[in-house]
Amino acid sequence: MLPNFTYVCASSEKEAIKHLASDGARIHAGGTDLLGCLRDHVFTARKIVSISKLDSLHGIRKTAEGGLRVGALATITEVARNPIIRDRYHVLAQAASEVASPQLRNQGTIGGNICQKPRCWYYRGEFHCLRKGGDQCFAAGGENQFHCIFGGDMCYIVHPSDTSPALLSLGASVQISGKRGSRTVLMEHFHIPPGQDVQKETILEPDEIVTAILLPPASPAMKSSYRKVRARQSWDFALAGTALAIQFSGATVEKARVVFSGVAPVPWRSKEVEKTITGKRLDANLAAKAAEAAVKGAEAMEKNAYKIPLLRGIVEEELIAIAKL
Amino acid sequence: MEEDNKNKHIHLTRRSFFSTMGMGAATVVASNNLAAWASEENKVMDPTEPTKITLKINGQTHRILVEPRWSLLFVLREHLGLSAAKTGCERGECGACTVLIDNVPRYACMTLAVEAQGTEIVTLEGLMKGEELGHVQQAFLEQDAFQCGYCTPGQIMAADGLLRSNPKPTDGEIRKGMSGNLCRCGAYHNIFQAVNRAVELKGGG
Repeated sequence: MLPNFTYVCASSEKEAIKHLASDGARIHAGGTDLLGCLRDHVFTARKIVSISKLDSLHGIRKTAEGGLRVGALATITEVARNPIIRDRYHVLAQAASEVASPQLRNQGTIGGNICQKPRCWYYRGEFHCLRKGGDQCFAAGGENQFHCIFGGDMCYIVHPSDTSPALLSLGASVQISGKRGSRTVLMEHFHIPPGQDVQKETILEPDEIVTAILLPPASPAMKSSYRKVRARQSWDFALAGTALAIQFSGATVEKARVVFSGVAPVPWRSKEVEKTITGKRLDANLAAKAAEAAVKGAEAMEKNAYKIPLLRGIVEEELIAIAKL
Repeated sequence: MEEDNKNKHIHLTRRSFFSTMGMGAATVVASNNLAAWASEENKVMDPTEPTKITLKINGQTHRILVEPRWSLLFVLREHLGLSAAKTGCERGECGACTVLIDNVPRYACMTLAVEAQGTEIVTLEGLMKGEELGHVQQAFLEQDAFQCGYCTPGQIMAADGLLRSNPKPTDGEIRKGMSGNLCRCGAYHNIFQAVNRAVELKGGG
């Protein structure tokens, strides 16, 4: 049985924001991560503010600029199956179709997916770690086989989302509403690395909600893909993965966005790989060079050194594959 | 007609007995909390005071008093006597509690009962056509798609949900569609065959 809480089903964004501003309030969209966290006592909630019935946050539609607006409450299944996303933003459809399990994809939302809490077993377990306000990271000297090889700074979580790296590769932005009004933030600035604030995963203030994801117009010359490697083919989170969004002119890379999953506390953009391949003909030789660049600066912990060759292999294979698409 | 009624009494099953008891329990809760019935429109639900909600399950409307923290699974099993959905991991990782919500499979353990208001819920009990098994149930029986049977109601609901959105799935689509349900006995091979058989029985093959 879950711990007790007050429950409010908001009938407008304004009402949701008002309730969220109260002490100990937590937001409920699909509820899959929230209920898990409450059950595991990761945090407590005095009040659950449900936004699930807000029509304004549903739906996927084209924007006047030729892009796409994905409502925060679009389920992962809706994102994975949407014909426009499958056609023009393939990396996102592919990432969404590899999230968790069918049941969780039917319930979880895109807004919730980018706001997930980390899966570090110390954070989820009964450890008062840095991220929960304690004074140490238990993973640093403990069981760190699933932890990060980039961006660790006192805390060594990996970001659990598959859709976030895909969105970042597409240059998406996040629409946010709160007490002080609305703002739109690039996906690249949405997640917070532990070095900046070890207790926060996103820039959201407690009274703020994600209302939509905005995708810029997709160039017909863009090819994109997502590759996720995990221990089992369902439920699991990425051991390592990569989202690629590349604009080609013939076989030559004109523009590239390369973002890794499962290896850093935030979706990890690899400007090294992007630089290595931009302006060049993407062939097997270049893919191998880019794969070396991908792991430059990676730092293994005691038990996660396998992630370095794994990531190198993923990047090499995926670059070769996307060139042939 | 009279004969029919008589048969019904004779065929009172363990399940329908518990089911009746469950309904009784819900009514008792209701009469002890008259105040809550009056506050139907109240959107803020207090943790200590049960609030009335309406759930549509297997085509029937149920009015029931719930605490906000109660999961749909808890309400189905403990308050409505619908015990087909099973309690497994209670953390969205095993699939034993799978039900259909608006025709798609979801985990009843990860869904608050209050959140399920306004939706159409189907449990395994709802797949029965009177005393006859539904197509997917029949297929599981024919293909011996279980051993201990604990995960079976969830497996059947996942399969039924899959076939509702995709009446003729490919092998890969069946594997992916059924990947949110664990079977500890390892009956996966026969479960896979059963889904294929269900496609035939439903006339999609």
